[in-house]
Amino acid sequence: MASQTASTAAPDTPSGQTEAVVVRFAGDSGDGMQLTGGQFTLSTALAGNDLATFPDFPAEIRAPQGTLFGVSAFQINFGSTAIETAGDAPDVLVAMNPAALKVNLAALKPGGLIIADTGEFTARNLDKAKYDHNPLDGDELAKWDVLAFDISALTLEAVKPFGLGNKEALRCKNMWTLGLALWMFDRSREPIHDWLKQKFRKAPDLAEANIAALDAGHAYGETAEISGPLKQYHVAPVESDPGLYRTITGAESISLGLVAGAQLAELPLFFGGYPITPASAILHHLANLKEFGVTTFQAEDEIAAICAAIGASYAGQLGITSSSGPGIALKGEAMGLAVMTELPLVIVNSQRGGPSTGLPTKTEQSDLYQAVYGRNGDAPLPVIAARSPADAFECAIEACRLAVHYMTPVMLLTDGYIANAAEPWKVPDPTGFAHFPAKFLSEKNATDVDGNDTLLPFARDEKGARPWIKPGTPGLMHRIGGIEKAQGTGHIDYSPANHQAMTDARKDKIEGIASDIPDQDVCMGNTSGKLAVVGWGSTFGPIHQAVRRARKKGIDVSHIHVRHIWPLPKNMGELLAGFDNVLIPEMNAGQFKTVLRDQFLIDAQSLTKTSGQPFAIAEIEAAIAAYFDDVDGNEGGQVDVNDTQLPSPEKAQS
Amino acid sequence: MNDMTPVTTTLKDWETDQEVRWCPGCGDYAILKAVQRTLPQLGADPANTVFISGIGCSSRFPYYMESYGFHTIHGRAPAVATGVKLANPDLDVWLVTGDGDGLSIGGNHMMHVLRRNVNMQIMLFNNEIYGLTKGQYSPTSRPGTTSPSTPAGSVEAPASPCAFALGSGARFVARGYDVSKDLPEVLKAAHAHKGAAFIEIFQNCIVYNKDVFDDFTQKKTAPETQIWLTDGEPMLFAKGTKGLALDTGTLTLKVVDVVDGDWQGAGVMTHNAKSKTLAHMLIEMPFGPFPMALGVIYDNPAPVYEDMVHARNAKDAAGKSTDFAALLRKGQTWTVSGTAQDPI
Repeated sequence: MASQTASTAAPDTPSGQTEAVVVRFAGDSGDGMQLTGGQFTLSTALAGNDLATFPDFPAEIRAPQGTLFGVSAFQINFGSTAIETAGDAPDVLVAMNPAALKVNLAALKPGGLIIADTGEFTARNLDKAKYDHNPLDGDELAKWDVLAFDISALTLEAVKPFGLGNKEALRCKNMWTLGLALWMFDRSREPIHDWLKQKFRKAPDLAEANIAALDAGHAYGETAEISGPLKQYHVAPVESDPGLYRTITGAESISLGLVAGAQLAELPLFFGGYPITPASAILHHLANLKEFGVTTFQAEDEIAAICAAIGASYAGQLGITSSSGPGIALKGEAMGLAVMTELPLVIVNSQRGGPSTGLPTKTEQSDLYQAVYGRNGDAPLPVIAARSPADAFECAIEACRLAVHYMTPVMLLTDGYIANAAEPWKVPDPTGFAHFPAKFLSEKNATDVDGNDTLLPFARDEKGARPWIKPGTPGLMHRIGGIEKAQGTGHIDYSPANHQAMTDARKDKIEGIASDIPDQDVCMGNTSGKLAVVGWGSTFGPIHQAVRRARKKGIDVSHIHVRHIWPLPKNMGELLAGFDNVLIPEMNAGQFKTVLRDQFLIDAQSLTKTSGQPFAIAEIEAAIAAYFDDVDGNEGGQVDVNDTQLPSPEKAQS
Repeated sequence: MNDMTPVTTTLKDWETDQEVRWCPGCGDYAILKAVQRTLPQLGADPANTVFISGIGCSSRFPYYMESYGFHTIHGRAPAVATGVKLANPDLDVWLVTGDGDGLSIGGNHMMHVLRRNVNMQIMLFNNEIYGLTKGQYSPTSRPGTTSPSTPAGSVEAPASPCAFALGSGARFVARGYDVSKDLPEVLKAAHAHKGAAFIEIFQNCIVYNKDVFDDFTQKKTAPETQIWLTDGEPMLFAKGTKGLALDTGTLTLKVVDVVDGDWQGAGVMTHNAKSKTLAHMLIEMPFGPFPMALGVIYDNPAPVYEDMVHARNAKDAAGKSTDFAALLRKGQTWTVSGTAQDPI
């Protein structure tokens, strides 16, 4: 509901009570915008608001200062109703320099508020941002409210007592800005104080200086001798299920979910990884969880990372590897080995813009083909997609369960947006989780024609899974490998009938998982009707909000969100057949659409987006509206979405 | 090697019921027998032994060993084996690879398994050719090697497996050849070494690169063309009539004649298996003017990777709560009761 209701928070409403607000902090990549956003998120969560965030930063660690491509932004949408996206258009834009203003201005809602640091609007910085004049002068920003003051000077003044150098003192700017934002939205400063003390515990001077800057920004808001647009916003707490909450990012929740999965399987966890954006955070989190039986291995490359995980699974641990698109491509052959040798393995793919190096820090869902089809030979494996940071926890557990139960590699899809974004998470009680302990074969499992005990490493249970046999087990010596092997014995066997039978067995095993997963539900709307919007992964938020808005307008549209991409839930075909139309918004060129068309012979239609930015709610709303001409208040479904889309730096430059 | 309780086995206990599918006369047969002969002498337990291989003729090896075996994918065996050893350091792992598998497609993994010093024996069968794919030149082929992919002869300088291993930080480097009666002794020394033990085994590919090592493997000329190294012993060959001495002017080795067994008088050095400098010299000696250095060239143990990882993990975990529910609650949390919210 973000941008719809946020309009009630027009800045000229004094101390307006609003449902949801979108704030975008933008500055130079060295200005600490991600830090500012992160702390604002924390204080917002503590204030009991539901929230969603969208960090948007350049691929360069330290892009040249003041340039358009060096702009780093952090957007947060928070409010007193359920929030599922980071919001379309910001209500408030904090621009720490001219480049940040230029890149982000297009996204700002008309009537929104710009807070700009005049101290950075120097001739040099204007030039770097390719402005031939100062936009703060004149009336080009007239459709917005502008609050421009010298944050740099105010910060320097606030931290003067601490005797910092000019450069160090200016680094406190982000805290000053955060202080102002905390005042605007009636947030407590206490958690930030505590955090600063902790962060700078070895340099109490810096802690005090940052606290002073934060307090000064807050005080500025409170006592500002300006009667302009600077007014406090109250955003009431959201009504949530009772319980204990924390904020969580996707990378954290996947890491915790994997540890939970290993614990429920009663196995040590082995994680093989290689640094890659945006997947590295999982390696970092797990490296700090050794006390839960976790071993992390930073391999020499992506291939070694998955191969070591396969080796660990072979030796009886739960092998896990993680990467992003290009790294997943490198792991493809090894995934085939895990399919062929039927060993448990979890592969986490934090998708990013592709192909090739693509857009390392931007989000996309374009690895679905790679996940479902991307291996040589007929090499089916289960694919699960997380819809949000919090959902990733359950998905990670489910991936571990399937891997161990079915002796198969499982791919867990997430993306850059989920990995980096934060949302409140109701902390689950793990005592209620169902265990799925791994079973290892301890003695021979068959009898030969002469009545002697014998070992069949590729005998199958009722689910089609083979036994897991740890090397080191007396009497069960056997050989496995990537060459086609005979049914039962696992000996090398290239014979036509055997390859046919083994290909079928591997396929049947994976397809059988459809009976072991929940039926597909409809998460909003009716179970049949004119239009189903079918999504997967991180498009959940914008789809859900768009469907909610459409339904409020009286449109009969349903939202179906798929977790189990492969195999699909067994009622999927029947469910989709109940709708006249199926629309699939996805951040790729139409990959899930292909899968659904293939599986169910339905005329599924795509809404695609590959700009590196998440869908705006309005984009999906417009696509829904196009199916309904007869709805009151619907002007034919043509909505110009460009004004409310999050901008890309490239777009702003052009 | 691993600390283990000796188990009594015979050569037969290490044979599988699988038909061996190497070409008749392939050097791999001799290596297989040498390994099957060595393992009983080591008291190795088949249930605790794992042969891990990549792709190529040599990599079929695990199928013929009655132990645990994993025939993985091309070049990646060192990575799989590293995972196996991290998950279960008690397993006795033998890696089987070739010049193409271990130095071409898998060169990167070979470097890192040696550098990390993962405790396993690495047997690199060097036949200077791609056999399984029908005879293309390999990274160890000599310049001028004619093959289906180099009909007019190859031009590339060959890689030296032992120099590669030493340069990668290997702490054990040895050499042997397929039909050598001394191969089991080399394997035993590798097994006795704690850490990654690299063994280059010259292996005759009878179909695509026949007799390419004849210059030093022929029984008749062997005494003149081979020097077997033993730590602490003088570096003598040609039945004690020749030895290796240091040319202090050029800082290289030189061949000297030894008269009446007076090797000291001839300036012959004793082998010091802990000297990396000497190891480099022995590996780089040009064959022809010099004999082929065989046996244990370098043996200088260092801490083992998986031991260090597990010690570090234990240290990291020491004193930390293993309450998973508490982990989930970590960080700043707040409680929602009805609609009233109390930050805590």
